[in-house]
Amino acid sequence: MPAVRTRVPGRVPWVLVLPALAGLAFLVLPLAGLVIRAPWATLLTRLGEPQVWDALRLSLITATAATAVCLLFGVPLAWLLARITFPGRRLVRALVTVPLVLPPVVGGVALLLVLGRRGLLGRWLDAAFGVSLPFTTAGVVVAQAFVAMPFLVISVEGALRAADLRYEEAAATLGASRWTTFRRVTLPLVAPGLAAGAILCWARALGEFGATITFAGNFPGRTQTMPLAVYLALETDPQAAIVLSLVLLAVSVIVLASLRDRWVNTP
Amino acid sequence: MNLHAHLVVERAAFTLDVELAVAAGQVLALLGPNGAGKTTALRALAGLTPLTRGHITLDGQPLHPLPAERRPVGMVFQDYLLFPHLSALDNIAFGPRCRRTTRAEARRQAARWLQRVGLADQAATKPRALSGGQAQRVALARALAVTPRLLLLDEPLAALDAHTRPHIRAQLRRHLADYDGATVLVTHDPLDAMVLADHLVVVEAGHVVQHGAPSEVARHPRTDYVARLVGLNLYRGTAHRHTVSLEGADLSLDAAESLDGRVFVAFPPSAVALFRARPDGSPRNLWQTAIAGIERHGDRVRIHLDHPLPAAADITAAALAELDLTEGQRVWAAVKATETHAYPA
Repeated sequence: MPAVRTRVPGRVPWVLVLPALAGLAFLVLPLAGLVIRAPWATLLTRLGEPQVWDALRLSLITATAATAVCLLFGVPLAWLLARITFPGRRLVRALVTVPLVLPPVVGGVALLLVLGRRGLLGRWLDAAFGVSLPFTTAGVVVAQAFVAMPFLVISVEGALRAADLRYEEAAATLGASRWTTFRRVTLPLVAPGLAAGAILCWARALGEFGATITFAGNFPGRTQTMPLAVYLALETDPQAAIVLSLVLLAVSVIVLASLRDRWVNTP
Repeated sequence: MNLHAHLVVERAAFTLDVELAVAAGQVLALLGPNGAGKTTALRALAGLTPLTRGHITLDGQPLHPLPAERRPVGMVFQDYLLFPHLSALDNIAFGPRCRRTTRAEARRQAARWLQRVGLADQAATKPRALSGGQAQRVALARALAVTPRLLLLDEPLAALDAHTRPHIRAQLRRHLADYDGATVLVTHDPLDAMVLADHLVVVEAGHVVQHGAPSEVARHPRTDYVARLVGLNLYRGTAHRHTVSLEGADLSLDAAESLDGRVFVAFPPSAVALFRARPDGSPRNLWQTAIAGIERHGDRVRIHLDHPLPAAADITAAALAELDLTEGQRVWAAVKATETHAYPA
């Protein structure tokens, strides 16, 4: 049994409580304002407007595609970091987390320099396949994946480190190759961590703004995702911006609710 | 011999160096205290811990160059390690599936194994819903379902409570009797070893200190650890005919056997009689000593005797009250020569 944490007796110190309440208000009030000022009467008709609809659909498609890309490359990367000892592993892990702290706009610029039409790889992609990523829907997916992948890798790597390695040994004694073990034992064991990482990754991709607008531009129906549409609408049609923001807020709440057992209810 | 192995595993503060040989259909038990290297030996046989030196030969084929997944070995882990996301049936079918059996055939084989271990009705049960004894049987079935030629059991009964243990032990004994390959079993429980094994290898600090048939090891312990396990007082000494001069004690004991040279001499705690005053009469080993400790031992009382001959003596509670014994008290201890056994060291 863990030791029961006993409360320090005495008065509650207001020096701590007042800033705590102020901090809470600071976090909650803007969201409350969004809900209060929303044009509830015309909400349904506004949601039905094609520009809202297009942005929402594009956002859902690109965020899901970006998550798929992250799963495809991020899970093996997490496995490599968690299971294989190789020189420079610490450096690789640090590199993986760079997009986490990098300003997304910088990420967008970096993507342009590498995958742009005149970029290091982009030039070659254009010449060999006639493929050009910037300012396309695929470019949106690339920008979102770049920013969101670290969330998935860190979450899955943590789950892999926490998983009991002896299950993998048991699988080996039963004749399972490393690939079979990974597929039939390791992945199911880390499924909760994998799901949490994927949801976090998806939410991050859905809210991506800086890298997207830098690398993919702002073309309605093609690269204009929800956050971009909110930003644009704020200048021309503030009511539409509020409706779009409300939709994103709703999605965030749903994501949080689906993760509550892992992230919110910590003891 | 079916299995022949010389296992050397060197670690920073520990070296395992043991030789093992097991015939097909036989069970070898590795017995030893915690940290003696028993589990390391088993892992080396399974291919989970690399050998520093040595070899493993199974049916005349070298096993040590193969990775774990290509060795014809089945292993039951101490806490079973049943895959928590798979049902009992799918846990057993996992091995056959890995050996290129079709899904349907693997599940048929697994169902047969569940039947053999008496758990046909638990096919769909997830491991966390199985009792300890059921999980142990599923783990055994999972290991046997890959038709291994070498079966490894790591403390197969340690995770069970005292209540289910005898029953599962008896079942395990039956399954081992049916199994035609070689079995290596690791345990720290002498009873498991005595009941399940044909041959006993006692390992202490990474080395074999004694081996032989269980009854032979139980009768003639050669280290203090084994003597404690089988409940005997054990001493080293030099024999001349029936008289053994003990090492490190200014005392001789008369033994039932007539030997010459270095010997072990042993007697059970139940053979020791205690007296307040020096007894007269029949010829026996007699010495004066002090009581170092008193503790309950089953339905008897175990008295620990001090200098000159540290020994355990078992007496009844009635005798304890009658003699009015307390710690530190001087007493006379006596053991009949016929119950004192000497054997060559």
